[in-house]
Parts: sequence; structure tokens; C-alpha cells
Amino acid sequence: MSELWSLFLSAAFVENMPLALFLGLCTFLALSKRPESAIGLGVAITGVMGVTVPLNQLIYTGFLAPGAWAWAGMPELDLSYLALIAFIGVIAAVVQFLEMLLDRFFPAIHASFGVFLPLLTVQCAILAGSLFMVERSYTLAESTVFGLGSGFGFGVAVVMLSAVRARLAYADLPAGLRGLGITFILAGLMSLGFASFAQMVAS
Amino acid sequence: MAQRSTFWSTLTEPLVRQNPVTLQILGICSALAVTTSLATALTMSASLTAVLTLAAGLISVIRNHIPGTIRLIVQIVIIASLVIVIDQILQAYFAEISRALSVYVGLITTNCLVLGRTEAYATHNPPGRSMVDALGNGLGYSLVLLVIGGVRELFGKGELMGQQVLPLVEQGGWFTPLSLMLLPPAAFFLLGLLVWAIRTVQPEQAEAPEHSPPLAREGEE
Repeated sequence: MSELWSLFLSAAFVENMPLALFLGLCTFLALSKRPESAIGLGVAITGVMGVTVPLNQLIYTGFLAPGAWAWAGMPELDLSYLALIAFIGVIAAVVQFLEMLLDRFFPAIHASFGVFLPLLTVQCAILAGSLFMVERSYTLAESTVFGLGSGFGFGVAVVMLSAVRARLAYADLPAGLRGLGITFILAGLMSLGFASFAQMVAS
Repeated sequence: MAQRSTFWSTLTEPLVRQNPVTLQILGICSALAVTTSLATALTMSASLTAVLTLAAGLISVIRNHIPGTIRLIVQIVIIASLVIVIDQILQAYFAEISRALSVYVGLITTNCLVLGRTEAYATHNPPGRSMVDALGNGLGYSLVLLVIGGVRELFGKGELMGQQVLPLVEQGGWFTPLSLMLLPPAAFFLLGLLVWAIRTVQPEQAEAPEHSPPLAREGEE
């Protein structure tokens, strides 16, 4: 249990997707202007990653990993190069399904962050979660925790950044630094701060 | 002649004036992650430019046959197939660099730059133009990657492409490596400063202030 907890913490803080691994930066920068939209994005990402990473783990070990077809008499069949297409397909399907589900049963939630849901299909953090799962050969339980942790870490980072950016309304910045420039430098400072979490999880 | 000059401007426009990374905010994820050294930055740039150009060409050829509702899925499948090919080539011939790039080659699939260009340009333009546009955007992306990768490797390790350029203190030289340069924050700072520099030279790229100064607004709060 404590192992899973430390995996969660390390996925959320030490290996923070946007700040330490540079994943999902496009949405991280584009949707961090207002705290409200940032919270919606964080919740959506946590949900999608918590579902897709374990699902892809099942598909990978069941069909694609080297030797997965041994029971059918084809032990040397290695389909792992198909992983990318399979993962993207699963992610697109899950996102679509989640959108339909929310639209049907929770229209209020759907309206509040429905805009970001389709975007999540091409979110690199989500695909990266599945690719890391393969690279580090996580079990089903580990991949669930890893997915939830990464999503949570992304949410925390994007909400914090949006809070800082909201304060920038009162700053008189040089014209060239306004917008994108200062956001990068803010993200750099936050990344420096998150680096101190590296000591938190003893490996 | 006019034909040629529009081709040329399509190619050169994205280098600085319409740079995909610093102005369009596309494809930033990989731009920062792989720039700890010039060699990985170079490999990544070449892979992305190849995928982007081929994908734009292919999608542009079949653009009139893709139904609008499923075009995103078709595009992603085409891009993913190309990425798999590139990934296999890298693993076969450049195993060491492929390991250093880890999952980031696979992530070209979801690089917003590729999907952004194919969706915005290749679906409306003939193959020739689309490929030129894709090549230009790929080169603009590469330019940013190489600048940041070069600076980080030079100041982080005193090397360029693995060759010692600045003599280190340990070897009797004068240069002390700045290990911060190899850490994630430096990539953010450098890209922020690069954006600032480009926008100082080209003021028309600067963003309008989001809010007017609080003192200028009356009767609020």
C-alpha cells in the first residue's frame, strides 16, 4: 500500500507532467488564463488518465506485448510496435465516451468543461502516461495509481499557474514579455519549486 | 515568378515571423524536453520535420475524399503510422539517441504542431503547397530547438555535439559548467527569453495587455 502511495506522490509531484517532463504544455499554457477553466481541465485530465492508463495496460499485456499470443500457439509474435495506434484509438474512444456520458447524465458539468474534453485526445500528457506505463512495465494497480497521480499533478500545476497569471493583471510588463514570454518564465520558476519535491519520495 | 515567390514566402514565413513554437504556441512539449543536448535536438527536429512534411503531403492528396466528421481520426492514424516508421528507423540505426529520446518520439503523434498544420493548412491546399508549408514549419520548429539545445549543452556541459568547446576547470581550463542549464527550469527560462527577444525585434508580435491598468478603470471594486 505504501508503495502505491509513494508512486502516486512521485507521479504527482516529482515527475510532474508539465513542469518536470514538459508534457501537455500546449494546454497547460493555453488554458491557464483563468482559474475556473484550469480547475475544469485538471478534473478532466485526472478522469481521463485514471481510465486510459489502466485500460491501455490491459490491452498491451493482453494483445500487444511480446509473447501475449502464446496461448494461441504464436509465442514469438510481437505486436508492440502497434502500441501507439492502439493507445491513440483507446484514448480517442474514452474521451468520446466520457463526453457522451457527461452530456447525458451531468449536463451541468459537461457544459462547464465540455470544451476541453475533445482537446484531450491530442494531449501529449495522456498518451505519455500510457507510453511510460509500457516503458516501466507497471502492473494494473500501479498503472491506475500512476494515471490518477499524473492527472492530479497536472491539475495542481495548472491551477497554481492560473492563479499566478490572474495576479499578473496588476503587473506592468514590458510589451515583448506580455503573455507567452512571462508565462514561460513563471513556469520555469514553478518548475524550480517543484524540483524541491524530488527529495520527498525516497526511491 | 509570382508562383515561385509565394512558395518561397510560404517556406520562410514560419521561420521567425510566424514561428510555430514562439508565436503559434504549437509543439512546445517536445521542444523543451529534448533540448538538453544538440544531438537529441537535431534528431528530434529531423524526425518531426519528416513526419510533418509527409503527413501534410499524404493528407493533402486525399483531402477531398475524407468525410468531414471523421477527418481527425484519419489524420491521427496517418500521423501515428508515420511516427511508428520513424521510431522503428531510429531504433534500428540510432539506438543510443532513440533511448535518450525515450517516449518523446512516440509523442510526435500528439504534437499539436503536426495536427495543427495538417488540419489548418493541408486539408485546404494542394499537396505541393502543403508540403512546402509543412517543411517551413518544421524548419521553424527545428530552429528553436537547435538554439535552445545549443545554449543548454554549451553552458551546461561546455560541449557542442559531444565535443568539448569550452575548457573545463577540472581539465585546467576556466569554464565551470552550470548544471542548472541541464535541469527543466532552464528550458522554460530560455524559451521565455527567446520569445521576449523575438518580440522585441518584431514588436507587432507582442500581445495586447489582458487588462487595462487598474488605476485607469474607475468605479470598479
